[in-house]
Amino acid sequence: MESVAAPRFSGVPGWLRGPLPILLSLPILALAQWATAQAPFLVYIASIVGVNVILAVSLNIVNGMTGQFSIGHAGFMAVGAYIAGKFSLETKDVYLPFMQSVAASDQLMFVFALLLGGAVAAVFGFLVGLPSLRLKGDYLAIVTLGFGEIIRVIVQNTEMFGRALGLSGIPQRSSIFMVMFWVFLTILAARRIASSAHGRSLLAIREDEIAAEAMGVNTTAYKVRAFVISAFFAGVAGGLFAHFVGIINPGSFTFVKSMEIVVMIVAGGLGSTTGSIVAAVFLTLLPEALRSIFTQLGGGDQTLAQRVDQIRMPIYGMLLVALMLLRPQGLFGTKEIWDVAPKWLSRRRKGMR
Amino acid sequence: MRVLRFAVVALMALGCATACEERPKTQESETTQGTGAATGAIAASGETGPADANTILIGEVGSLTGPEATFGVSTRNGIDLAIQQENAAGGVKGKKLKVRVYDDQSKPEEAANAVTRLISQDRVAVILGEVASSNSLAMAPKAQAAQTPMITPSSTNEKVTQVGDYIFRVCFIDAFQGYAMAKFAHDTLKVKTAAILKDQKSDYSLGLTKVFNTKFTEFGGKIVTIEAYSKGDTDFRAQLTAIKSAKPEALYIPGYYTDIGVIARQARELGIKTILLGGDGWESPTLTELGGSALDGSYYTNHYSPEDPSPHVQQFIAEYRKVYGAVPDSLAALGYDAARVAVDAMRRAKDLTGPSIRDAIAQTKAFPGVAGTISIDENRNAVKPAVVLKVEDGKTKFVTTVSP
Repeated sequence: MESVAAPRFSGVPGWLRGPLPILLSLPILALAQWATAQAPFLVYIASIVGVNVILAVSLNIVNGMTGQFSIGHAGFMAVGAYIAGKFSLETKDVYLPFMQSVAASDQLMFVFALLLGGAVAAVFGFLVGLPSLRLKGDYLAIVTLGFGEIIRVIVQNTEMFGRALGLSGIPQRSSIFMVMFWVFLTILAARRIASSAHGRSLLAIREDEIAAEAMGVNTTAYKVRAFVISAFFAGVAGGLFAHFVGIINPGSFTFVKSMEIVVMIVAGGLGSTTGSIVAAVFLTLLPEALRSIFTQLGGGDQTLAQRVDQIRMPIYGMLLVALMLLRPQGLFGTKEIWDVAPKWLSRRRKGMR
Repeated sequence: MRVLRFAVVALMALGCATACEERPKTQESETTQGTGAATGAIAASGETGPADANTILIGEVGSLTGPEATFGVSTRNGIDLAIQQENAAGGVKGKKLKVRVYDDQSKPEEAANAVTRLISQDRVAVILGEVASSNSLAMAPKAQAAQTPMITPSSTNEKVTQVGDYIFRVCFIDAFQGYAMAKFAHDTLKVKTAAILKDQKSDYSLGLTKVFNTKFTEFGGKIVTIEAYSKGDTDFRAQLTAIKSAKPEALYIPGYYTDIGVIARQARELGIKTILLGGDGWESPTLTELGGSALDGSYYTNHYSPEDPSPHVQQFIAEYRKVYGAVPDSLAALGYDAARVAVDAMRRAKDLTGPSIRDAIAQTKAFPGVAGTISIDENRNAVKPAVVLKVEDGKTKFVTTVSP
């Protein structure tokens, strides 16, 4: 089981180990923010990638670590997006007097909106998880799929959420700093769960539910907790999404979106956090890269550029088929990149696993 | 892993190869000549960028794939035709025009992505798009923030141009159609009483209902009853029976064509003989297929009719048919108008910066568009007439235009 242990920082005092990664990340993120100030397209793409990474890593907690097959992640994302979006719309002109400037006040409200979106999504995660996580396999998949669709249909028919047109004019408060900070938090949470006692229980459930139960693991409670954590981060991802796209409508949270996330974690290797990240980044950038290449190949020829998106899904499909044939366990399997990378570098030294 | 990596590369190469192979077969919609040779060299960098000094780049975002693909393709055809003609007429300020179009798969997040790319990577002068209001609403804040003028050909929801002073449209807003039909019903059809059957799930239908209701009453008519249905319902007999007992002279159904056919059939089965009235949601080749003879004698408002006898409309239709081999629908006509309004504004603008072009678009007055004469009002909406069409023997016939 050494594969799930995070790399150790040696020589760091114990009290610092908890907050150290966050303290280290802040200046790097601030630098990234400053460096991309003049590149809105880069920021947009990075934000989309960031949101997909959060979704993939959070879904991986349920699907990968706990071994439960949930395919309704877009539903939690929708809950977060609509709650955070609605909150920001309603409080657009609210200024917190104790903050230094309007921008700072907006950012604080934004963080609050994200937490609110995440929290409501987590509540939904609990409500859906409690009854349905007593189910197994296919049945759970069907329940989560149904949940995702129910959320979408409810939103589509609610006046407050703008029906089919969705919510528009959501203040665009998102920044690369905020997105990447949440990406970082999600990954940190996923890694710390994996290497905690809690994570061991989740892994035990994945490997053999009956054996885990026999060992005294309260399987339903652990599964629901994993589900709630996963839903929280999906809600935050939805909130971020709402604040850089500026409009959300039910069409963005369909079954297809859920499947995209499932594809990411399956391709990356169920149970591998770094695998989910790599796959999410790759699969998000792939269509954009194809668009660039095709636009150039055709010299701006529209009919060619148009074909890019049509071949995106076949490429997804072919990639997955190839992956399942060649590496049924996904890119990294259940291992992390630092478990796998040294092996690639030293070209399969004998006896090393 | 080596095998996998090889497979990935092979797959991508395969994807490229198939697309390249098909290229000669596809219709060349490049609107400037002489760039073909340069593309091979740039392809390696995989980066799109601003055009050279002698070209003005116009950005377009459209639903070329996805559920609204036919809208996007028609609009693109209209825009391409307009740009070809303007280039043949000498371009703008001695420069050629070129359109760069990105697909948004009918999704708002992809539309926002595409418009950001057009603004920051390609540095386009003007943005044209989108058809669906939700996609335009995703694009508008980005264009507004970057001070790049945006003209939507056919987003009728009033919120779109409220985003900011760089956002324009060349079609009328939802509310105007309600007004146009109320006026037509009262003045031309001499109808005194009307009933409304609205789609309670659609903003579009509710908007039209509200304006038709107030305007028809203002003109001296009487709304006898308002009934509601939900898009996708299959049984309308309960509502129709209520309408029948109210005995209206006309029935206004501002919905989409998919429901209209069924409603019309069931109305006739119940013996309702009143005139049916509708909006541009009725516009579809399959409308009469779904409704059959039940729709004969109905009227609906629309943006444009290919039967409009004006010479410039007929000339547009002839040229469109020559290039694309089909009669242009209203989306193609609106795309054509949007592109021409943009080009006209660029000609009048003192330079090609965003603010100058914006001012020039805002000053557009009495521009002879094929889908009606366009004047931009202070809310950046087009003030233009609507056409009224009559359904007869499975065909639509141009009846009249209703001016604001």
